[in-house]
Amino acid sequence: MGTAPTLAVWKFASCDGCQLSLLDCEDELLAIAGRIRIAHFPEASRATVEGPYDVSLVEGSVTTPGDVARIHRIREQSRLLVAIGACATAGGIQALRNFADADQFRSVVYARPEYLSTLDTSTPASAHVPVDLELHGCPIDRRQLVDTLTALLAGRKPDLPGHSVCFECKARGTTCITVARGVPCLGPVTRAGCGALCPAYGRGCFGCFGPAAVTNTPALVDRLRELDMTETDIGRVFRTFNVLAFAGGGDDPSQ
Amino acid sequence: MTHRSDRSLSVAGLARVEGEGAMHVRVDGATVTDVRLEIYEPPRFFEALLVGRGYTEVPDITARVCGICPVAYQMSACAAVEDACQSTVDGTLADLRRLLYCGEWIESHALHIYLLHAPDFLGYPGAVELARDHRPVVERGLSIKKAGNELLTLLGGRAIHPVNVKVGGFYRVPAREELRRLVTPLRRARDDALSTVEWVAGFEYPDFAHDHELLALVEPGRYAIETGTPTTDRGLTFAVRAFEEHVIEEQVPHSTALHATLAGRGRYLTGPTARYTLNHRWLSPLAREAARSAGLGTGCRNPFRSIVVRAVELVYACDEALRLIDGYEPPAAAAVEVPPRAGVGYGATEAPRGVLFHRYRLAADGTVDSARIVPPTAQNQACIEDDLRRFVAARLDLSDERLTYECEQAIRNYDPCISCATHFLDLHVARTVQ
Ligand code: SF4
Repeated sequence: MGTAPTLAVWKFASCDGCQLSLLDCEDELLAIAGRIRIAHFPEASRATVEGPYDVSLVEGSVTTPGDVARIHRIREQSRLLVAIGACATAGGIQALRNFADADQFRSVVYARPEYLSTLDTSTPASAHVPVDLELHGCPIDRRQLVDTLTALLAGRKPDLPGHSVCFECKARGTTCITVARGVPCLGPVTRAGCGALCPAYGRGCFGCFGPAAVTNTPALVDRLRELDMTETDIGRVFRTFNVLAFAGGGDDPSQ
Repeated sequence: MTHRSDRSLSVAGLARVEGEGAMHVRVDGATVTDVRLEIYEPPRFFEALLVGRGYTEVPDITARVCGICPVAYQMSACAAVEDACQSTVDGTLADLRRLLYCGEWIESHALHIYLLHAPDFLGYPGAVELARDHRPVVERGLSIKKAGNELLTLLGGRAIHPVNVKVGGFYRVPAREELRRLVTPLRRARDDALSTVEWVAGFEYPDFAHDHELLALVEPGRYAIETGTPTTDRGLTFAVRAFEEHVIEEQVPHSTALHATLAGRGRYLTGPTARYTLNHRWLSPLAREAARSAGLGTGCRNPFRSIVVRAVELVYACDEALRLIDGYEPPAAAAVEVPPRAGVGYGATEAPRGVLFHRYRLAADGTVDSARIVPPTAQNQACIEDDLRRFVAARLDLSDERLTYECEQAIRNYDPCISCATHFLDLHVARTVQ
């Protein structure tokens, strides 16, 4: 027991969905819990163990001065820090505030801003501390989480894809919905990991796993225009859960 | 032990609630002078970031308020947006929405009963520790939860933030055979839910009753889930479209969530016990019988027994899902067209934790001009604090450690979803500014 690796789960600004993915591993949860020591997971247990921790899963984005200090403390106590989900890897949907006039945003929002303390920006863990591994998605994929924890327990580096959702459509046998039905789809520029879910439901990918490792976004944007998407809609679809990631890397489609 | 004066208890990080909260209680002598449920979850400004977005994006964006009840957000959002556009979604598409919602009730209630709440009654810090001694019981809970997730996954694409919901209906509707595959797991879940009712009915419950006004949606003929009229146990009824005249929110310094009250009436409670009290006669025969054998009667005013109500609703949600699957014939189209229209729309549905109100003002091209969301935990916060005040006053003899532990449990009775409650600070402001 004393030698079992320790796992801690931390929450920043988020919806709790990514850490819920761990509790959603109904078949594996008790098996995983038998091999590791869940040392800090307030959503699941009131018992906590002091650090250091072997693996820390960090959900959510950094949005308050207190949380800037907290992410540093967590880094110091963690051998491996894994950022889980679009909030922790890209600032999440709440990073839309980074593009708004912060003062205006704040004055619209708060009757009594003196009660609160929030930063003008929502940023990923990696903006503050070195991050060992990132699981993408809003939310993360449950299987990827299990595979990652299993690999880390075995001392292996997990195998996380950098290619696009298009590869997963082919693997799944889904006919390309853009080719067949003219449905606009972000699949060509979005990171795989979800199993190409949306196209299987007749819906275009909306980029919830963020950009793939290599993308040709300008080419896709041209294609989206051909498919009658307006500039407003193109701007909107890239500015959702991974707005910071799609805006980074020099290929902000709105520029 | 004698009463010590000037005690102060606090729990800095509440465990087994969704989100970030803390509790502070001050006792001077034999008087409880201050009780605060402090919600320090950083706000994520949802109402502000919705402004300027397209009306079809609202269900996906608001789902991200809460990973535990994303379907509730999608359903209230669709209802409000469709109301603004003067469109109606009915027939089989409405049934499929109710079916999807049953999946979320099953998943969320199983999560709360087995992983978050039951450990309190049995003296364990959490479900993993509980499983060391009672593995089959925890496995039963996980298996029910899994059935709910299977339903969500089939109909929604995935359990957390389903991708298949859209304004007007769905992107794709299932074939009859696909839904039939859920019958076996759901039947098993229904049996397990019946065992759950029996199991939790045997827990020991502190003797405690509150006198809060209870608010739930009511739709005569069926247990309210995705539709209904806001109604209280003291005779107040109002149209969903009029909710802003009745539900008044106030900012309090110690919380990033608002306190809601009913105009001219005061604090009120929403959630499973309110829902049961106002809707119990429309439970399915099986669920009604389970409630009766668990001793629930015609209402529930002991928040500790909310776990029994959740278990009964679990039976109902499985039963209702099976009924909907049984009668399912795929509709001609997966969605109805909802053309944009300038207007204001209102929506309310029964999230697992209580009534969730949405309101949107749309421009003619469907751009969101303003948004307002009133989640259940914000509505319940005043009641939770009131319960804590009375609860502590009656237990001043307990040691700090024991009292703190029991207070934590009292808070978990409400399954507070702090992530939801917190993102709405701006709502209040939008209203005072206008
Ligand atoms: S990435 Fe998405 S699912 Fe995960 S915590 Fe953030 S909002 Fe929730």
